[in-house]
Amino acid sequence: MALNALEQQALTDLDLSRARPFRLADRLGAVRVLSVGLLILAWEIFGRDVNPLFLSYPSAIARATMQLLTAGEFQRQALGSLQVYAIGLSAALLLGIALGLLMGRYRLAEYILDPYVYALDATPRVALIPLLLLWFGLGPMSKIAIVFLSGLFPVLMNTFSGVRTVSASLVEVGRAYGAGERNIFAKIILPASLPFIMAGIRLAVGRALIGIITAEMFAAVTGLGALLIRYSSALATDKFFVPVIFLAVLGVILSHAVELWEKRLAPWKETERAL
Amino acid sequence: MLEVRQLSKVFFEQNDPSKPGLVALYDVSFSVRKNEFVCLLGPSGCGKTTLIRVIAGLIQADRGEIRVDGKPVTAPGRDRCMVFQQFGLLPWRTVLGNVEFGLEIDGIPREQRREISRRYLELVGLHGFENYYPHQISGGMQQRVGIARALSKEPDILLMDEPFGAVDAQTREQLQEELLKIWSKTDTTVIFVTHSIDESVYLSDRVIVMQSRPGRIKEEVRVELPRPRWEGDVKADPRFAELRARIRESLRG
Repeated sequence: MALNALEQQALTDLDLSRARPFRLADRLGAVRVLSVGLLILAWEIFGRDVNPLFLSYPSAIARATMQLLTAGEFQRQALGSLQVYAIGLSAALLLGIALGLLMGRYRLAEYILDPYVYALDATPRVALIPLLLLWFGLGPMSKIAIVFLSGLFPVLMNTFSGVRTVSASLVEVGRAYGAGERNIFAKIILPASLPFIMAGIRLAVGRALIGIITAEMFAAVTGLGALLIRYSSALATDKFFVPVIFLAVLGVILSHAVELWEKRLAPWKETERAL
Repeated sequence: MLEVRQLSKVFFEQNDPSKPGLVALYDVSFSVRKNEFVCLLGPSGCGKTTLIRVIAGLIQADRGEIRVDGKPVTAPGRDRCMVFQQFGLLPWRTVLGNVEFGLEIDGIPREQRREISRRYLELVGLHGFENYYPHQISGGMQQRVGIARALSKEPDILLMDEPFGAVDAQTREQLQEELLKIWSKTDTTVIFVTHSIDESVYLSDRVIVMQSRPGRIKEEVRVELPRPRWEGDVKADPRFAELRARIRESLRG
């Protein structure tokens, strides 16, 4: 709400514009950048004293990055990993949201599906990798399957509990205004559980990344996971850090992207959040 | 226009027909004329909310029937619109979007429902707040949105379930007055649930006093105070005090 004339007057009288004393808490962005900067600096200085077989240091890693990039090897493997990741994750999100909505809304669907969902969710995905490799071979199919299974459950479980927490009174409002089942789904259930679904997507994005790398480390043929195995076996620690840092940065970017997406889709949640 | 005939509703524990939990309504009958303002008044547990929800078509009665203009109703319809105690606004929709909701369900084209919604927001005094989200405005304003949403469908019957129960006393009085003004400009029939004697006398043409266990009608009290009631001080009228005392007695005995 805009200030009215009396409020404007009051504001002028109060004269709150005088500079506040400097506080670090007002410069949180700068504090973060400084923290990362200092860590890299310390790593550069003290990392040089450690045996390069065990630990590398930033400038050496930067050099290794340049090497790998010029050879084109890194890009090729990263692209392969990302393709598998994108396909598996998309399938997981689609099916996870659909099943979650269904199980949350319909008792029958819940009771038919929940034994499998809970059992599979409780099984560490890593335990299934050998089996999936056996079924689908060393090619992309087995990796897609693992990414899919890694991403499926977080989004499914979150969607399910999101639908479950939609307040009965909102559904009733829909019914009172003549909404049929389709409209209740589209205009009440889905938007009401959207914050949960988005939280599920954020989890799934991370889990699927773990999934793809683990699978590639198992198969050790292609992808960033294979690079990790190759460089660590060769004791090329500086090169080893290249995919590691790439994955860290990728993880941060993806989770931020989902967060931004969340804010666009659910702006009412943003303003509801307390400081 | 609205007829309630021998309505009964029993709630069971865990929906188990062998475990009756509460006889919410027992043999309730009354009728309401077009453009009448009727209050359902009673202590909590007297079935007044159950009654209005049956009329809205949100729950089914076990016996008896509801007729609107002679036709029996069992499901929600656009002839009856509900205003909820906790406002029932959709938090992800703006004020305008919330008012549009009911029209959207009816398949009214976008431009047209925009225009209708703006008109009703104007009517309830919320011009300029179209793009706010419900949590950004006060409870009183939220309920105005709820009222605009209901009115925008131009229902024959406006059902109000303790609509001003969740707002502060000053806002409540203001909303009561505005409701009367809006009602006087339309030919809507209003059924208004409340547990406030003053509110029922101030607003209505007739107060249906209910009592609990089982939920039933105790008596009907005509309120023949002059309208418009927002001019002058109706509450200082000796007839107001008389009605209040009479209804209080009825609720007690």
